Amino acid sequence: MVEKEKNILKKAEEFLQIFKKGEEFTTELLKENERLRYKIAQLEETLRKSSEQSRMKLYEERITALEQENIELLERFKQVEEENKDFASKYVEVEEENNNLANLYVASYQLHSTLDFDEVLRIVQEIVINLIGAERFSIMLMDDKTNELIPVAAEGVYVNDLPSFKLGEGIVGGVAREGESYFAQDIVGHSTDDYTLPLVCIPLKIKEHVIGIIAIYSLFTQKRGFSNIDYELFNLLAGHAATAIFSSKLYTQSERKLTTIQSFLELLKEKPRR
Amino acid sequence: MPNILVVEDSPTMRQLVSFALKRIQGSNVTEAIDGVDALKKLSSERFDLILADINMPVMDGLKLVSLVRNDPNYKDIPIIIITTEGAEEDKKRALSIGANAYLPKPIQTQELIRLVNQFLGK
Repeated sequence: MVEKEKNILKKAEEFLQIFKKGEEFTTELLKENERLRYKIAQLEETLRKSSEQSRMKLYEERITALEQENIELLERFKQVEEENKDFASKYVEVEEENNNLANLYVASYQLHSTLDFDEVLRIVQEIVINLIGAERFSIMLMDDKTNELIPVAAEGVYVNDLPSFKLGEGIVGGVAREGESYFAQDIVGHSTDDYTLPLVCIPLKIKEHVIGIIAIYSLFTQKRGFSNIDYELFNLLAGHAATAIFSSKLYTQSERKLTTIQSFLELLKEKPRR
Repeated sequence: MPNILVVEDSPTMRQLVSFALKRIQGSNVTEAIDGVDALKKLSSERFDLILADINMPVMDGLKLVSLVRNDPNYKDIPIIIITTEGAEEDKKRALSIGANAYLPKPIQTQELIRLVNQFLGK
């Protein structure tokens, strides 16, 4: 009986030991579980942080790239703006050049539109008034026999009041001899009644041969100096006006001679009848 | 296409103004040699704008402006004066009798085009 009780106690003790071990094991398992959970949480946190960081890094890189792109676009915009300004100013220049060429074309066209001497002189006057803006001026032609510049047309002054000039005499005669234009220092707002001292004197030249001059004594009050187109017009007048005046003069002379010859021939034809 | 009447006795100026208007504006330009010729052309055609010189034979520009402004058929047509008379009192006189703008010669083509565009509402 005692033996039986001892066995029972021993088994009970064994069970208790097993339970204790089980308890210890369970406790260990719980601790391990807790540790692992903690580890997982840490890993998850690390993962989250690392993903956020990498995302942040990506964003930062993207922002840097976009900022760079923005800077490049701004640079390009500035370049295009500069180019536009350049194009705009070139467009204005081309337009101005076109307008100037149109003026020169019209002046040249008008100068060569007739062979009538008086008409050519009138056209030269129109150009000097309307395109250059001269208020008072004269046109003088060289008399090859006397080597004198004789006034043939004028605006704002009487032709008869104008003196003639010998070749080389004063500014006017000097321009005719040298074939170089003369421009006074101050022309804006200035006016001269001294016909020996014009503000501007332009030689009328066929190649190097001077056939006359244009002398300007005053400009319109609204004319504020000379621009490039004015100098172009002076050049055009120097050449084209000279040719037009010379051609029309020759034509008029030849017409006159032709009329004389025709009259003479008529007279000759009529003579035998008498 | 705007219809413009250019009244000017100088053939050079007429051609210059017409040339600029036709080339840049694409306008239809009619030329008149003085005020009387202009009135004749006004009676046979409708114009959107008149450009007129002052010093012209037969009938000058100021008389033309005055007649146009007093005619109910033409009184609303804008008139730009193009002239060698650059004094302020000349300008005031022209504007007081009904001219809309005053452009002294020698004209700058760009300025002419700007004024024409302004009056044509472009």
